[in-house]
Parts: sequence; structure tokens; C-alpha cells
Amino acid sequence: MKAGIVIFPGINRERDMAIALKQSFGVEPRMIWHKETELSDVDLVVIPGGFSFGDYLRCGAMAARSPVMDAVHRHAARGGYILGVCNGFQVLTEAGLLPGALLRNASLRFLSMDCHLRVERSDTVFTSRYQTGSTFRAVMAHGDGNFFADDAALNRLEQQGLVAFRYATASGEIAPEANRNGSARSIAGILSPNRRVLGLMPHAEDLVDPLMGGTGGKPLFDSLAAA
Amino acid sequence: MPTTAPAPSGEREINQQLAAEFGLSAEEYARVLNIMNRTPTLTELGVFSVMWSEHCSYKSSKVWLKQLPTKQPWVIHGPGENAGVVDIGDGLAAIFKMESHNHPSFIEPYQGAATGVGGILRDVFTMGARPIANLNALRFGSPDNPVTKRIVDGVVRGIGGYGNCVGVPTVGGEINFHRAYDGNPLVNAMTVGIARKDRIFLSAAAGVGNPVVYVGSKTGRDGIHGATMASAAFGADAEEKRPTVQVGDPFTEKLLIEACLELMQTDAIVAIQDMGAAGLTSSAVEMAAKGNVGISLNLDAVPARETGMTAYEFMLSESQERMLMVLRPDREELARGIFEKWDLDFAVIGVLTDMGQLTVWHHGKLEADIPLGPLNDQAPLYTRSTIEPPKREKLNPARIEDRIGLTGALRKLIACPDLCSRAWVWDQYDSTVGGQTVKRPGAADAAVVKLEGLSRGLALTTDCTPRYCFADPELGGCQAVVEAWRNLTSVGARPLAITDNMNFGNPEKPEIMGQFAAAIRGMAAACDALAFPVVSGNVSLYNETGSRAILPTPAIGGLGVLDDVTKAVGLALQPWLDVVLIGATVGWIGQSLWLREVAGREDGAPPPVDLTVERANGDFVRARILDGTIRACHDVSDGGILVAIAEMAMAGGTGCRLVTHPREIPGHAFWFGEDQARYLIAVPDGIALIRAADTAGVPAMRIGTSGGKDLTLPDGGTISVDELRRLHEAFFPAWMDRGTTG
Repeated sequence: MKAGIVIFPGINRERDMAIALKQSFGVEPRMIWHKETELSDVDLVVIPGGFSFGDYLRCGAMAARSPVMDAVHRHAARGGYILGVCNGFQVLTEAGLLPGALLRNASLRFLSMDCHLRVERSDTVFTSRYQTGSTFRAVMAHGDGNFFADDAALNRLEQQGLVAFRYATASGEIAPEANRNGSARSIAGILSPNRRVLGLMPHAEDLVDPLMGGTGGKPLFDSLAAA
Repeated sequence: MPTTAPAPSGEREINQQLAAEFGLSAEEYARVLNIMNRTPTLTELGVFSVMWSEHCSYKSSKVWLKQLPTKQPWVIHGPGENAGVVDIGDGLAAIFKMESHNHPSFIEPYQGAATGVGGILRDVFTMGARPIANLNALRFGSPDNPVTKRIVDGVVRGIGGYGNCVGVPTVGGEINFHRAYDGNPLVNAMTVGIARKDRIFLSAAAGVGNPVVYVGSKTGRDGIHGATMASAAFGADAEEKRPTVQVGDPFTEKLLIEACLELMQTDAIVAIQDMGAAGLTSSAVEMAAKGNVGISLNLDAVPARETGMTAYEFMLSESQERMLMVLRPDREELARGIFEKWDLDFAVIGVLTDMGQLTVWHHGKLEADIPLGPLNDQAPLYTRSTIEPPKREKLNPARIEDRIGLTGALRKLIACPDLCSRAWVWDQYDSTVGGQTVKRPGAADAAVVKLEGLSRGLALTTDCTPRYCFADPELGGCQAVVEAWRNLTSVGARPLAITDNMNFGNPEKPEIMGQFAAAIRGMAAACDALAFPVVSGNVSLYNETGSRAILPTPAIGGLGVLDDVTKAVGLALQPWLDVVLIGATVGWIGQSLWLREVAGREDGAPPPVDLTVERANGDFVRARILDGTIRACHDVSDGGILVAIAEMAMAGGTGCRLVTHPREIPGHAFWFGEDQARYLIAVPDGIALIRAADTAGVPAMRIGTSGGKDLTLPDGGTISVDELRRLHEAFFPAWMDRGTTG
């Protein structure tokens, strides 16, 4: 599988993402400038974290209307894989590729800390190297990670099995104290109906090396590499 | 070269009174008249006043700063460039500096702190380095003062708002509270970057006829005379100075970093300098003066955010996120292409000349024509009078009653504002972006950041103990350097160099200048003894409100290197290890936090520093970390041994059973005294380690064994690690989020 990372002005976790992808894929991902219009050479499009266009209008809103996004939509329409992390998740919701929105954290403060994610299903291309119901540690670093959708949309996500990850305690319980940003139903990551597009708020890519404190995020990239 | 005097501009008459309003003394204004041989224009007066301000000229501090050691074989560039540069091996250089943004942060905490981060980042990437870490040393007023909460909230949000967006991890720093900072908080921001050592960019302009290029944000009317504001004490009108504070745009800064680093891959740049304090004036003057060339600016070409700006406003604006470059003429279009790709302004606004003048043209008029030689050579330089600070008496701990016992004092100390958990603050700073953060804030005595793709890592810290500096500035200056060295040592790093941020009161007062001179003396002694030179720095004077000065605060930013970053240790205690104290203890209670928080006194002499002992103890500890003997290490500083062991226990979630202390020292003095040159280390075999220490002539004693869930004190008292954490983590959330100081 060949991966490409989309660079919008203001993105800042592209290097972290490239390190994680290279570690699992064995090859460097392609860096895709936001003014490019052709993505047919990559199987996986990754939109990394950061502050695209300064997050000035609304997180991800301007990036979602960037020239490259037409190609991203075409990539999705032909069943290509897309991973959006943090700001990338916000871009995917703004672009209409995933439902819902990411609001300000409930505390109204930026949150930079470890969190635990419970894997809701392991039969996807993003999660095959995890076990359903297992938890792993990842890093969160965002001011606007509070996932919101109306009840009908949330019910639909749950009924169709499109919730990929939930915030949980280290032992896997869903609890308010483990859901620091206040996300609806503790949702940390969601899938598109064809399960080929994943939006995830915490940074799996920042815990892929024991030296940095853990490898909880590595199976996500290993899963993709094995697809 | 025109022969007529420049056209007058501005409506006010240019005279000594206006010069005084601009911060120039009568004698300094006379010097301006002498250099110009005529009445200066408003723009010229503005240029002189900012270039000769304390902030830009270092006129009160320069004579003392010269005493600091700045050379070692690994120093590539010492003070005088935008930042200090040291060789870290693998053909790489670390570029770093710390700078204050104190005055703006009091007036407008969010923007003051944010633009402080932005400014220090520019100082570092200007030299060709990709910034890889930020730290910040913060001092706030008493938590009981209602103003303090608003300032803390704004400063923390501002640092996070800027640093998180530009994508540079904030990995460390320190926070102190004291009523002496009530009207004058200190915000000292430090940035560390990495460059190839053969690709370092300097600011000396060269090549008559070469284009002078402006890149970055547009210029507005913000921050005019910011450097002058930073060179005066605050009166009751501080709030009215809000328009002198700049507004930061971290998104533009991020683009500027990427565009400059992209251009630096080419051979286009002759010289480059950021526009910091005093904006276009200081960058143009410094670049030309360092290169011994003249510079002619055409302000009509400067990208402007507002209409109708005057030459004076253009020259003094401190709008953020702007750089000035001298380019090779044949690379102008290449450079323009890169900046246009990043949607940044790019404008040729001038040319280097052989006239030796700064000439400024606006709307076809010559608004300034200043000889650069005298502007620099005749800048005022003061050897201000000093009064030697009085020495304090050594306290006898046996004569200070311990009313609440060891457990009571420990509970109180780990919960107090100066020692409690800073997690509430750190949790708002992105400490992991970049994916190279090995030791995050609070995990070790120094932050540790890996160099991408290499086995090498850097250790980073900021340190100063202002209460020691107030009680004895010479010792305090020495101790600040030593503590930075010790914190780098505690993770296993080889300390290389420091940056200093000298925060003091009004230098025109002999007792303040006496503090400054004494602190420099102490710092110099420590730098010499530890081979730990000063490579960059910043001076912030006039930190006073209503004639009350801050505690003298020479904040030290230290940098060390780990050749194999996997060997770094943290402070987290693990079970079933011997806890050994390295270094001798007499039980020094003067100026300790125990004395202040428990006995309610702030007196006595601070603990003495023996530089030979420091070096011996530190070198011993570092060697044992690097050979894998030591599993956890923590230097003993604020709060003494018992606070240090409690911090290790909380970090590791592991308890410890402590031994009885030596009978000849009172319990409170042994466990809470702040004797220097000490470390707590956790090792599997304490006896073997103590034997090795004996051989090396380093004092060592076993003080406990780790394990279990409780800290068991020698007097039989017990406190669980969970309880310690509850106490330790209570203050900030309770104070900031729930509105109580409980």
C-alpha cells in the first residue's frame, strides 16, 4: 500500500505521521502539497494534525475547500483509503466525508495528555492488528476535539458499527473522567459507511516507539501496512 | 546623496521635551544633536530613541555582561548573534536563546506571552535552525492577589496558543509565585533549534547594491515604541500602554519558518535578521552596522496593513512575523517564488549602499539620513553605581521550632503553589508534536528531545531560585547556573552551554545595579568551574511597578547532549530499589521553602555552593547513569530530600520506606534543608554504589528502599502515594477553574 500525506499550510504533525508510516510500511510516504490535483498514485491519503490555515475560520473549514480536496473526494468515491487525524478529522467532517463536527473541548482549554482508546471493532483495514474491546494509549493534543452529532446521526453511527474508537479508562471502561474533551458518547474515531475512511482525534502516530513512552499506536499503521 | 536636510514630518516640534517623552535623557539628546549637526526629524528621533533604549543598547548592563565566560571549544557562536550556537556532534549545531516579554505580558497577558514565544522562535530559525523545542520560565505574583489569576490564565493560554499552532513542542520550564512579582510578572521564553553546522546564517549585511528584502506579515501600527516601554518602570498608567503590545499570528509564523528554511536550502541569502524589538529600525541598522555598509530603505514598498502610515510609524512598528534579508541579486526571483508559494509577502524595500548612512525615503521625501557609525559607536554606555548587597546571617536550625512534624510539613510543602503539580499548565501545551519528545514536562529533571533519525538527544532545562538571589545575589547567580547543570546531569546529559535572561529592577538605583553585578559574578564563577559558557542572552531591566522591584531573577536556560538518548533516566521511582543520597547534608534551612511555608519566615543566608564538590558529585552521577547503574535520578532542590523522594514516588506510583536520619542533625533540617550538590538516585545495589562513591570521594548514604504504595517516614508517619498525589494536584485546578485558593 502506498501512502501520501496531504500538506495544507499550517499542518504541523506531518513529520510525526511520516515517521510512523515509514516504520510500518518500510517506505517513505509521498508528501502531497495542497494545490496538487491528482492522487491516483496513492492507495492511502493521510490528512495529518496541525492548524491548517491557522484554524482561523473554523477548524478544517478552509482546508476542506482547498484545491487538493477534489482529488480527495474522487479518491473516496473510488473506494480509496483515507485517514484523518486531529485537524485531519476536522477537515474530513468539514468536507462532508464523515458526519458530525468537532467542537471546542468541554473545558474550553487545549488538552495535551495521554488518553486510552477502546477499539470498537477489529475487522477494518485500520484496526486489524488490534483486538475488539482492547484498549491502547495514545496522545491527545487539541483544542477542538469534542465530537458532536445529533442523536439520529449518533444512533446511525452506532447501528451501522461505524464507531471505531472510544475514550476509555486504562481498563477499558467508558466513563466521563476518561472522556476529557466531552465527546458525544465518548467517540474518539469514526468510519465512513464503507469503512475505508477513518477520522481519529488522538495521535496514534506519536506513540509508535518505546523511547517516546509507548507503542500503543503502532498496530494502527501495521494494520494499514498489512491491508 | 542629497545635500539638503530631510523634510520635516510630524506635527510636533522636535525638541528636548519630545526626546524625553521618547525616553532619551538630556545628555543623550545633546549627543543626537551633535551627531546630526541639526535638529533631527521625527523619524530620526524615533530611530535614535529605540536604538539607544536599554532594551536595544544594553547601555546599563554591557560593562557587566562582558565578565561572563563565553568560550569553549564546542561554542560556534557566542553572544552577539541572534542566538547562541554550539556543536553537538554528527555535523549538527544546537541554536538557542531565552528572551523576556515581561512588560507586554503584564499589560496584555495573552498577546504578551504569545508574541514572546513568536519572537524567540524567529531569533532561532533566522540562523537556519528548525526549532525543535520551547521552554518557558514564568514568575507570577502572589496567588492571593486577584490580578495574578488573570495573568496566569492569559500567559498560559498565550504560550499554548502560539506554540501549539506553530507546531514546536513546549517541553519544559518553571513557575514561581512571589508577591514581589505582583505588578510585574516575568515571561521568559526559550527556543532550541537544530541546524547543520556548516549552514548557519548570520545577520551581517554584505555586497553594495544587493537588494534588501522584506518578508512575512504586513506592517501595522502595533507595538510602536515597544522597546522604549520595555525600558521603563510601570506607573499607574500601565493599562494605557496596551496599544504598545503587539498581536501575534502563529499561522503566519509557521509559514515563515517553512518558507525561510526552504530558502535556506539554496544559496540565495547573504544575511538575514528577524524584525524584533524596534522592528525595521533595529534589523536594518544592525545588519548594516555589522557588515560595515550603508542601507537605503524605500518605505513605499513596505507591505502595509493600514493606510496613511507615516515614516515614523513604519520604522518603529513592532508588527510580528516579519524578517529582513539581503539576497544575492540573481536569486531574487527564486526567493520570491518560495515566499509566494507560502502566501507570504515578499518585497524589495531597499538596497545596500557604500555611504555609511541609514537613509529612509517615503513618498519621495528623505525622512531620515543618519550616519550608522556614530549611531552605534556613540550609543550611550553607563557604568552605573552599585551598592554591594548585604550578607545575611546563617540560621541555626536547632533554634527554629518544628511545630507540625515531618508528615505535616510534607503535606503542606507538596501542596504549596511553588511545589505543587504543574500538570494543569503543561496539559495546555503540546509537548509531543514532532514525535521526538523522550521526557515530557515533569518526567525528569530536564526535558529530553531526540534528534530525528539519530541516536543523539538534547536535554533542556530552565532554572533560577529567586529567593536565593534576593538574599545573596552572587550566590543566587551561581546557584542558578549550577542547578541548570545539575538538572541536565540528572538525566545523564553532558551539559554544554547556557543562555541567560537577566530580569532585574531599575538599574539607576545602586542597590539594583549591585544585585546585577553580584549575580554576574556568581554566574561567571559557576560557568568557569563547570565549563558551561554563556552563548546567548537577554537583559530585562526596570521590572518595577510603583518603585517596588521584583526579586532579582537571572533565569538560566541550560542545554546538554546525550550521545545515546536511550540512556536518559527520569525521576519515576520503581519498586525494590535502594534509594541513595549523593552529596553531603548539614541541614541548611536558611531561605528554604520549609522555612517560608512552614515556619513563615523568609530569612537567613541561602545554602552555599561549592563548585568543586558540584562537579565531582555530578560527574559521578552522570557516569553511573551512562553505565546503566542508575534507574531513576532526581536532584535535591526546593523542599529538600523529603520533597524530592515524594516527587519520585508520585512520578513512579511507588512508595518508599525511609531510614532514620543522622542524629546530629535536627529532623526538619535533614529532610527539608536545601544543601546543594545533592541527588537522589535509585539503584538495584545500594551497597555497591556507595562503595564506588567512597572510592571516588563522593559522599553517599542509603536513605530508603522503594516499594509498596506508601511513603513511610522515619518518625513512623505514613502517607500513601495516592494521598500525596491528591494533595500535589489540588492547587492549580482549584485556583484556576473553581475560583478558590484552597
